[in-house]
Amino acid sequence: MTEEAALAALAPLFEEVFGEPVPLTPDLTAEDVEGWDSTRMIELIIAVEARFRLKLTTREVDGLATVGDFAALVARKATR
Amino acid sequence: MTADRHWLPAPPADFSARLAAIEALPEAQAWDALTALSRTRLDPARTSRLDRVLQRRFRDREAHNLALLGSSTLSHLAAGIRVGALRRDVRLTVFEGPYGRYREAIDGEALRAVRPDTLLLALDAADLLGPNDPAGPEAGDIGEALDRLKQVWAGARALHRCALIQQTLLPTALPLLGGNEHRMPGSLAARTTRFNAALRDAAAAEGVDLLALDDAVSRHGLEAWHDPALWLRARQAVTPAAGPLYGDLVARLVGARLGRSAKALVLDLDDTLWGGTIGEDGLSGIVVGQGSALGESFLALQAYARDLSRRGIVLAICSKNDPETARLPFAEHPDMLLRLPDFGAFAANWDDKATNLRRIAQELGLGLDALVFVDDNPFERALVRENLPMVAVPEVPEEPALVARCLSDAGYFEAATLTDEDRFRAQAYARRIGTGGLAATGPAGADLARTLAGLGMRLSWRSFDAVGLPRIVQLVNKTNQFNLTTRRLREAEAAALIDDPDTLTLQLRLTDRLGDNGVIAVVIGRLAERDLDVELAIETWLMSCRVLGRRVEEGTLAVLAAQAARRGARRLVGLYRPSGRNGMVADLYPRLGFTTDGEGEGEERWVLDLAAYTPPGDLPMVVEAG
Repeated sequence: MTEEAALAALAPLFEEVFGEPVPLTPDLTAEDVEGWDSTRMIELIIAVEARFRLKLTTREVDGLATVGDFAALVARKATR
Repeated sequence: MTADRHWLPAPPADFSARLAAIEALPEAQAWDALTALSRTRLDPARTSRLDRVLQRRFRDREAHNLALLGSSTLSHLAAGIRVGALRRDVRLTVFEGPYGRYREAIDGEALRAVRPDTLLLALDAADLLGPNDPAGPEAGDIGEALDRLKQVWAGARALHRCALIQQTLLPTALPLLGGNEHRMPGSLAARTTRFNAALRDAAAAEGVDLLALDDAVSRHGLEAWHDPALWLRARQAVTPAAGPLYGDLVARLVGARLGRSAKALVLDLDDTLWGGTIGEDGLSGIVVGQGSALGESFLALQAYARDLSRRGIVLAICSKNDPETARLPFAEHPDMLLRLPDFGAFAANWDDKATNLRRIAQELGLGLDALVFVDDNPFERALVRENLPMVAVPEVPEEPALVARCLSDAGYFEAATLTDEDRFRAQAYARRIGTGGLAATGPAGADLARTLAGLGMRLSWRSFDAVGLPRIVQLVNKTNQFNLTTRRLREAEAAALIDDPDTLTLQLRLTDRLGDNGVIAVVIGRLAERDLDVELAIETWLMSCRVLGRRVEEGTLAVLAAQAARRGARRLVGLYRPSGRNGMVADLYPRLGFTTDGEGEGEERWVLDLAAYTPPGDLPMVVEAG
């Protein structure tokens, strides 16, 4: 999976968690999005893990600074 | 294995649009629409979204206050609890204590200001029992830890007079020996197991309800409940993925104390209680009984239903069938476990199932929200959900061997205690059917009078006493329909009334020639001076619907009037407070001869001058102190 495809695939999951569309760009961070706190972050991780049938490690989650990092991680680990 | 709530149907495809539309709905419709969405299988993210709308729309509504205190991070569990309560039509607020400092929070001003109805204590093994200690001493510290916890309970009770829910310890500690872990007394895993066992007795003795997370772990697996990575990241002992189920388990306990647990199990017949179609396959063609795995699967559901009925759940049949044909297997098939007398209502005809469920509810004297309806046919399930959203309709698996477990997982019938009335309720309903269904479809006029007179009814009353308290508290908290004010009482509050000189309390028991119905009505009146006279305000009056249509309310008034007069009262003041469920008693006071005395805030006042009152001369029962 390419990072662009992963970014596109993340969009509906963000919409699901935040209840409204979030315009995703690679350099978007949690500070830029209202309501993106630690609880939302864990919901996002659960949603990503369920959607792509993968498990993110503590080290991987700690390494996420931007949405672009998130997309790159998903692109690397997702098998479908 | 996950903590998936498989009995709930999938959320609608247009979940987001429906949620958005709720923002603009008037209050009552918004509540109903939120409740409907809460009764679908929402994942944690959608549970949070629903909760945000719920919080925005219903912030100021009167609510049941739950305080959530513990030794780990709990804030991520509040949404699931609120949505679980919503699923039971209960508005609930969650007070979250400061992280980890539950002892201080219990004594704190903030919690006092909240006046919690229920306090949920979610403690962790390490907090209560200390760390692993492989070389540790013999098992002395379980008792000490239990004593410390009992002190916390006692302190919380004394300060807040609230109901207590204690979470059992989540068994997260890793074994050091293995299967014989109990041989290492200092092992935290072994101590967790022993503590959870000891907690059962202690909680039962102290009247504390348990949130049995250890049982839930044995059902769904530890990884469904606890994620070590999230424990280390956020000190979340319960993983957010399990949040919706956690909330449902909490709401079951709260709902059980509020009378929101289901009371009747309504079963379809063909391919639910037996395999095949009785109308097509005939008595010898249906599959039920020993000898085949399939036949035993249907028997397993019958056995579970029978066991539920023995603990107070009423059984009923709702089937599209010829009435005679439908009864045939119960009467003549040798392998059937359930028999006709096991049922409180039997609706087999060609009308639609929503109509029949309405009839069943009426016949049993129960609200529709007290019914659980089991049907193998997805169409029938959808039809009932569409027309009667308040009826619980589990998404039962196609495999008949798994249907009983589905019902058990769903926790519809959660109960905190078991009383003698529960044990004999099913028989009482079945007897009623035998006498012609007295309440709903009894014979009219003179025939009715003759039937009632022939019952040999005896209404015996006494004031509240310690022996009667469990049943009194149960009736007060679960009766919704024949309930004038729907005031609920905690056991401690009811106990305090026993010696209160300003109250008049009655518990009334009805026996007849068919048996003992147990305590079926409760009245609480408060004596007060007004305009130089003493009057008795009837704060609580409720009656089990099982004895509707038998003039018990008239007998009750006769007792109440006599006892009030004996205590110096000149008049009775009846209060009626509409709850949305007690419409059947909206006209009780005028029917009994009370005259209107205006309306207060959300309640009507009715007055009866005791000097002008005489008990009816034709009461079909003996009324006596006993």
